[in-house]
Amino acid sequence: MSTNIPALRLTSITKRFGPLTANDTISFDVNQGEVIALLGENGAGKTTLMNILFGHYVADEGSVEVFGQTLPPGDPKAALAAGVGMVHQHFTLADNMTVLDNIALGTQSLFRPRLDRAAAKAKIAGLAQDFGLSVKPDALVADLSVGERQRVEILKALYRDARVLILDEPTAVLTPTETDALFKTLKLLVAKGLSIIFISHKLHEVMAASDRVLVLRAGKLSGERRTVDTNRRELAELMVGREITPPAVPAVPRGRVLFELSGVSTVRQAHGTPLKQANLILHGGQITGVAGVSGNGQAALAGLVAGTETPSAGTVTVNGNAISGWSPRAALAAGIARVPEDRHSQGAVADMSVMENVIAEHYRDARFSRSGLLDWAAARKFTQSIIEDYNVKCPSPDARIRLLSGGNMQKLILGRALDPDPSVILANQPSRGLDVGAVAYVHQKLLEARSRGAAILLISEDLEELLALSDRIVVISEGHLSRPSARGELTVRQIGEMMAGHEAA
Amino acid sequence: MEALEILFTASFWVAAIRIASPLIFATMGELICERAGVLNLGIEGIMTAGAFAGWFTVYLGGDLWTGVLVAALVGMTLGLLHSVLTVPLGLSQHVVGIGITMLATSLTYYFYRLALPEVTSPPKIVPFEPWAVPGLSKLPIVGEALFTQTPLTYLAFASVVVVAWVLYRTPLGLAVRAVGENPSAVEAQGISVTAIRTGAVMAGSALMAIGGAFLTMSAFNSFFFNMINGRGWVCIALVVFGSWRPGKALIGAILFAAFDAYQIRLQQLSGGIVPYQIFLMLPYALSILALIVVARRATYPKALMIPYQKGER
Repeated sequence: MSTNIPALRLTSITKRFGPLTANDTISFDVNQGEVIALLGENGAGKTTLMNILFGHYVADEGSVEVFGQTLPPGDPKAALAAGVGMVHQHFTLADNMTVLDNIALGTQSLFRPRLDRAAAKAKIAGLAQDFGLSVKPDALVADLSVGERQRVEILKALYRDARVLILDEPTAVLTPTETDALFKTLKLLVAKGLSIIFISHKLHEVMAASDRVLVLRAGKLSGERRTVDTNRRELAELMVGREITPPAVPAVPRGRVLFELSGVSTVRQAHGTPLKQANLILHGGQITGVAGVSGNGQAALAGLVAGTETPSAGTVTVNGNAISGWSPRAALAAGIARVPEDRHSQGAVADMSVMENVIAEHYRDARFSRSGLLDWAAARKFTQSIIEDYNVKCPSPDARIRLLSGGNMQKLILGRALDPDPSVILANQPSRGLDVGAVAYVHQKLLEARSRGAAILLISEDLEELLALSDRIVVISEGHLSRPSARGELTVRQIGEMMAGHEAA
Repeated sequence: MEALEILFTASFWVAAIRIASPLIFATMGELICERAGVLNLGIEGIMTAGAFAGWFTVYLGGDLWTGVLVAALVGMTLGLLHSVLTVPLGLSQHVVGIGITMLATSLTYYFYRLALPEVTSPPKIVPFEPWAVPGLSKLPIVGEALFTQTPLTYLAFASVVVVAWVLYRTPLGLAVRAVGENPSAVEAQGISVTAIRTGAVMAGSALMAIGGAFLTMSAFNSFFFNMINGRGWVCIALVVFGSWRPGKALIGAILFAAFDAYQIRLQQLSGGIVPYQIFLMLPYALSILALIVVARRATYPKALMIPYQKGER
């Protein structure tokens, strides 16, 4: 095989979904031993393109060649056989099965009378050694950390002799340390001649790990740069199509204490870590950021603020009153607003209308009900005002909220939370899954609420977001909250180590 | 003391194993379906159809093994219907399953009446005869209990071994288990979720139908209305009791059958002082207790009852 043949060649790929053109005549080559970053906002068409490449979708026009061979469209099996491996953003692993079984799945003829586990184990051990990907083949996937699971996914592809590896948002779920380890692995893989495409919307990672960057915007290839010849600002502009300025954080005087946890513990819920002896003070006019790897007690912390969890020990004080009989309704009545972590399952009822969702937290207020009957006229007026004020793209207040994009749904939820002016705001992963434009909008609205004197608790896995917005940062690890540090006091690396459970020196 | 002595008689264990046989078949059938992520509530109806199909084939002059084969084919057909509705179309497995049970039961009675409009008592066939395994059947108690049964009982035990082997030792079984845990893992490895689930439901339904056929061809020698009498529902509980593992489910089936055989004998002992309904209830009450104790920590297949639509998350 000559090295002149590109590992992968896409020729004028076009894919339409009804009136929407998700991919518009996209062409590029990927050479052997090269790391390509595919950069773009949500909805730019990155995932569609990769699904065409892997055979999940059939392109309307264009062709995919792997080492000079044209792939038959819509056939994942052919893509696998040609050496294309994909690591999906949501891992495709069976939790209650062993690592070995997950990797061996589908690699031996289904009608063999016996699965050859010994051979599979030997091959995995060889790959693990060659590429520095250590795994325990007999461990259950359920017992592995997220980083280990990702290694299993990569091994799955390597086991099938993948020559082109596609990683869809591989760092979204990793700690900074795990991200570094992943990038080291990628370097080893390309050194052995593999080609890698990784999809991301995080600029610093693209800069750190790629040889070449392809930028997608609105379905079109808007730019192609060698990583050494570009910078973050240029890439951001290519991605968004306009200049992006970081949020200006105005100076706001620190207000009085609006929310306080002292020595609070929670009982273990079905999933997630409980809080252990947590202390936290939220002042008006301040954003307190909570950094941590997901699953370390953020859910319990958020639940305590929102009223869905009650403390098993310690006291919660809101506005100077120690609370008893804590519930979501009591929290709302106390002036606490929430932007929940998962807008689809906790923030909205997908099959109900925009209007019904907007009044869902306040339908009992005098604003929207009279003698037990809903005042739909008032509800409609309020919904219209939120749609206008928050610039929500939505067909009408009667449309089902399911039809809205993530960014527009988040704007509605923000609008609902911020009107009328709450004193405490819980913002749990407020920008997760949103594109750069929507993220900037959410940040701006949170900062406005801060200027009005609200106490904001910002829980996020995105360290850049936390560092940009927070007045103070606490780190959560295995249910313990660290002491707060002022902005600029800790480096990213120190926070990363605290997230991994090491107390900063 | 007499009540305890029953446990040490060979005839008691012979009866227990005989009662367990149809449950073993149907439990293995349900277990395969559920391992692939499909709850098959059509089990009760599929057993009814199998019981009739096997018996009627022999009544029409077919050979006993042909009867078993026909029952299995009828089961597979109903399984295919179930899986078309629940797998590619993704309809509610509860509703489809109950629908299949009602459809299969009613169709069976319909065909019975169509074929035998005049009869008041159903005609008899010559069922499978017990066959003593040379040598092994001479062992005390165990020999008689396990090795003087009909060929279908031996087949029931063989089915446990085969199901366990296939699920845990073959690439196919790996795919079946994976499709019940996370279908997208299977799709990502280039295997069709629809094909695996459909195949599992059809194979499982065939076993259920053979379980039904055991009743008309090995236990009794005739077909009666309501003869399945909730055995299918018991099997669904047995799968949970067995934590979706063939070996444990086999133990559950034998335990349940032993309770059943025991209560019949207790009825005779009690001499009519205790109402017999109490004894009839016994196996069910004990199964509920056993479920509470055993199944609380069971880890069920994660994708059980969740339809898989390609391209969705």
